[in-house]
Amino acid sequence: MYETMAILQTMDNLYYEAQRQGRISFYVTSIGEEAINVASAAALSSDDLIFPQYREQGVLLWRGFTLKDFASQCFANDEDSGKGRQMPVHYGSKKLNYITVSSTVGTQLPHAVGAAYSLKMAKEEACTVAYFGDGGTSEGDFHAAMNFASVLEVPVLFICRNNGWAISTPASDQYRSDGVVVKGQAYGIRSFRVDGNDTLAMYSCVQAARKMAIEESRPILIEALTYRIGHHTTSDDSSKYRSITEMERWKSLRDPVIRFRKWLEGNAWWDEVAERRLRATARNEVITTMVRAEILKKPPLSDLFKDVYDSVPVHLQEQEAYVRSTVTRHPKDHPSDVPL
Amino acid sequence: MWATSARRAIAGQSSVTSWLLRNSMIKSGEKVRSFSSGSNQLTVRDALNSALDEEMSADSRVFVIGEEVGEYQGAYKVTKGLLQKFGPDRVLDTPITEAGFTGLGVGAAFYGLKPVVEFMTFNFAMQAIDHIINSAAKTYYMSGGQISVPIVFRGPNGAAAGVAAQHSQCFAAWYGSCPGLKVISPYSSEDYRGLLKAAIRDPDPVVFLENELMYGETFPVSDEVLDSNFTLPIGKAKIEREGKDVTITAFSKMVGYALKAADELAKDGISAEVINLRSIRPLDRATINASVRKTYRLVTVEEGWPQHGVGAEISASVVEESFEYLDAPIDRITGADVPMPYAANLERLALPQVEDIVRAAKRACYRQVPQSAAA
Repeated sequence: MYETMAILQTMDNLYYEAQRQGRISFYVTSIGEEAINVASAAALSSDDLIFPQYREQGVLLWRGFTLKDFASQCFANDEDSGKGRQMPVHYGSKKLNYITVSSTVGTQLPHAVGAAYSLKMAKEEACTVAYFGDGGTSEGDFHAAMNFASVLEVPVLFICRNNGWAISTPASDQYRSDGVVVKGQAYGIRSFRVDGNDTLAMYSCVQAARKMAIEESRPILIEALTYRIGHHTTSDDSSKYRSITEMERWKSLRDPVIRFRKWLEGNAWWDEVAERRLRATARNEVITTMVRAEILKKPPLSDLFKDVYDSVPVHLQEQEAYVRSTVTRHPKDHPSDVPL
Repeated sequence: MWATSARRAIAGQSSVTSWLLRNSMIKSGEKVRSFSSGSNQLTVRDALNSALDEEMSADSRVFVIGEEVGEYQGAYKVTKGLLQKFGPDRVLDTPITEAGFTGLGVGAAFYGLKPVVEFMTFNFAMQAIDHIINSAAKTYYMSGGQISVPIVFRGPNGAAAGVAAQHSQCFAAWYGSCPGLKVISPYSSEDYRGLLKAAIRDPDPVVFLENELMYGETFPVSDEVLDSNFTLPIGKAKIEREGKDVTITAFSKMVGYALKAADELAKDGISAEVINLRSIRPLDRATINASVRKTYRLVTVEEGWPQHGVGAEISASVVEESFEYLDAPIDRITGADVPMPYAANLERLALPQVEDIVRAAKRACYRQVPQSAAA
């Protein structure tokens, strides 16, 4: 778990910088929430279907999405399994049971309930897991999903990353309830509040919750308290609405990665040498995959019109033929890194 | 259900016959096969009910979800009997949350089930439209082909009678503009039956726009329509009535009005070709343009609002592809550009009537007064 958390941190920092350098258009870091991401993923089975918001790349990393996969999506090259259709960080992997990230906030919650219903009907030994933030609990979809999951009695874990901020809206302006955990109780759902920065607590909580959800076919809500150390996304500068001292304090005193590392070192399972080696290797690998992904060709023109429908309809076939004839007539106007 | 129909099939009675018997449509002893083509009578409601029944029997992944679909037998009785036959796992009554049950249906479809989501009216579906567009229509594309969404959204669309602004909007144009969706608007029982079966079997998300006032209408259908494998192709319009002087396109209830208008026009020697669009997306541009290239004149009819309506799209398509064939400007007959009023007289004025279609067709034919039939 620690290694994954450290690689995640390294990846997040390097991709953030890459965006600032203009090499990718957009990025979302999960800095400060590494424990939630990785520990929860570690406590789940690979059969559990994940419905992310957009700050859960650590879950995907744990499951086996490679650094090359992350790079292909962010640079939208022709190795991207998403075929270059989405903005950076909108990862998805059918193979790894991770539903493609959708930018709309909270819509994944009723989806998770529906899929959990399907799992229950199929009597699978698995659950669905929906992640969201404190801000997401204001969306109508949150309430509809919670109510439904409770009434239908389906195996779904609702994991709220309560990091205190929804872009510039602090939690105190988001709701006036006692956090998110009471909302679950209001819907008749067994709910837990956990220290999201405590890797081991997070792991135990999710492990127990998963067992309950599957064995008793019921939803569980977990409110994991944490702090969003980074900005909302690369389009945000959070120093405009929160104090730098606050961010610095969480970063230096309450960082979950450092906390877990100290615990490991205290048990003599980790040391300075291993740390330096891991960080150097991680940095090296991330940069290598980035540099390679950056210069690869883009997804081909032939992917533009596919997957709108199950089979390509006649009018899109006509449009593709028209585009191709335009490219043939004006080859200089067609970008050289986009294959046909 | 399976065991019963298997026994009856062995006894020489098809599952369709037993369905018709159970619903008192034929007397015991009558054989469906002895009916001549087109003399079976089927209401739109029964067309839908039988289609749902058969598709749910054939594929255990199909399930129905919505408000009042189970115990209440359906707000408009379209799902009558389904809960009793298939049980609460396959027919789900839901709390009042369109966003909730639509999102739930989409999630189930992501996993591999085939939900049929009923909206009490598509007006209420606006509370779920984010899931229809952002979660259903776009997902196959956004996921790079990894997640397909084989879901059907169905329910009454457009004006009913005296239900006013928030129960009368036509959504054909809105959904019809969205890539990733298929949008269907049937007219006759044959349409409803064949197209709903096709929609349920289709791997893409389908918006199936019904009409509340048509549920009780009866249409003659052939034996072929009653077969459990009967489907109609999505994206193909039907020429309900052939003609040579003017093309009239319509969908849903307006097809009936267009046919009545064609009868009126025939008295004045104008032969109108009436096209039942059946599908809004994909729109059967080929059939429409072929007809205009024959008649040289076009009138489009719809109940919905004029701006950015279905008629606007048809008009653009015909101008793009058949401009030199047109002998007159294209006329769009639409609902009035107002939220639907309640009072019956105002409602009548706000919706297209047969006389409006007749006048438009005559304008296209440059006729102010009746003339004797052309040679």
